[in-house]
Amino acid sequence: MPRGAPFPWLKPAVLLGGLVPVATLVVRGLRGELGADPIAQALNQLGLVALVFLVAALACTPLKTIAGVTWPLRIRRMLGLFAFFYATLHVTTYLALDQGLDWRAIFDDLTKRRFIYVGATTFLLLVPLAVTSTNGWVRRLGFPAWKRLHRLAYVATILAVVHFTWRVKKDLSEPLAYGAVLASLLLVRIVGAVFTVEGRRRPS
Amino acid sequence: MSDPLGKPPPSSEITPEGLWIRRRELIRNAALFTATSAGMGGGLLWLMGGSRTTRREDEAPADEPDLVTVKSAFTVDEPQTPYGDVTTYNNFYEFGPEKGDPAAYAGSLRPRPWTIAVDGEVAKPQTIDIDQLLSWFTLEDRVYRMRCVEGWSMVVPWVGFPLGALLKRVEPTSNARYVAFTTLRDPAQMPEERSELLPWPYVEGLRLDEAMHPLTILVTGLYGKALPNQNGAPLRLVVPWKYGFKGIKSIVRISLTRTQPQTTWNAVLPDEYGFYANVNPEVDHPRWSQATERRIGEFSRRPTLPFNGYAEQVAGLYTGMNLRRWF
Repeated sequence: MPRGAPFPWLKPAVLLGGLVPVATLVVRGLRGELGADPIAQALNQLGLVALVFLVAALACTPLKTIAGVTWPLRIRRMLGLFAFFYATLHVTTYLALDQGLDWRAIFDDLTKRRFIYVGATTFLLLVPLAVTSTNGWVRRLGFPAWKRLHRLAYVATILAVVHFTWRVKKDLSEPLAYGAVLASLLLVRIVGAVFTVEGRRRPS
Repeated sequence: MSDPLGKPPPSSEITPEGLWIRRRELIRNAALFTATSAGMGGGLLWLMGGSRTTRREDEAPADEPDLVTVKSAFTVDEPQTPYGDVTTYNNFYEFGPEKGDPAAYAGSLRPRPWTIAVDGEVAKPQTIDIDQLLSWFTLEDRVYRMRCVEGWSMVVPWVGFPLGALLKRVEPTSNARYVAFTTLRDPAQMPEERSELLPWPYVEGLRLDEAMHPLTILVTGLYGKALPNQNGAPLRLVVPWKYGFKGIKSIVRISLTRTQPQTTWNAVLPDEYGFYANVNPEVDHPRWSQATERRIGEFSRRPTLPFNGYAEQVAGLYTGMNLRRWF
């Protein structure tokens, strides 16, 4: 019997699992279960989920390097698009619900507050990555150029961690935990790159 | 003996091998699909902290006795924040940094028996049992605005008495210029004190004239009943024209001093939290604007008022002071 691609369930499962946070927020919001300040709660949780997806998308290649598993690479694009999806909801919640589209206050925030400024930069960096996430764009740009462009995901995730760190009042443990995961993912990449170069140098 | 399996079924009834394998695969894939999506969704909810739900009472427990109180003139006529919000949305880091932590974990606090030391620059230093202390004063119902430095606000019906009345009783000496407050330090009752989240115990302070102001109260109740643990039982400070973090909870010591006492948030982040911490829409927090606030329960932000709307009563305390410098 001809067998399809391995793990045919993987992508649909990730799609469904990735929608759980937004579905939960909507249901809990409608039932009044988001606490005394539901807007702040939704804002924080959407931002956090966006960061989780960014880190997860960046973990795919290092997972292959370390463990030799390739299936994460097949869901990488979906993880990245989920990050963009939640980042968009996070930004929309800030603009529309938290600030009530008060553009003066938003402009003040953007110019005066570094954590808002860094957050906005993070989001703007994600836009070209989401737009060029299709196969068509990989072809149009050529794979090497596309790959270079998508290294911006690392910059965006570092900025997202900075945004989170500057946001919290005192307890840095959560942003630092994400920072540590991100740093180890970067380390695997760097070490992996060094070994590849060494391997190429060695005479065969 | 006949064949135990009986007559073999006609070949037309035998499931083709391909279909049989696919059926097994289908079931396996369905199981893996369910497990993966459920695991992923559950993991995300766990990271969001969404699995935690705080127990929430909509009204003060009916079996709690009502405190004996009198009405007070110092009351704002604005819709009161529901009991459920006032008692589940708290900053009380001794029980954890999240808003729901105090309601979830303050059960370990034992507000009776409890003693409070009043000492320092006073003629009559003493350590007093909480119930004896409360018996000295008439408890008043005071509905105050409460503005958190984080940009949200509530309207809370407190039950308490003026701090000034207690201070007069212990007779401050002529050297007394400030009042220093200390929260309980007991990790067995306040589990987060085992962490290094903040330097413990939490300390706060007021200038003596601020402490003597009739709006400044020591609070022992909420919505007519004894103060829930998460709101700072058995005795806390409320200074309605200052940001909420000045309202130190579960006080064990009140000390009159000659010099300005150390205050916790000012010691930890001096650029962000001043000693005075008067509500001021003109002076932004370095990381966010203080011009507006979200009243809990309301959708849109509302403008923040100078001195949280108590300017008429308290602005005179700060005549000639640069409030940008002394934030």
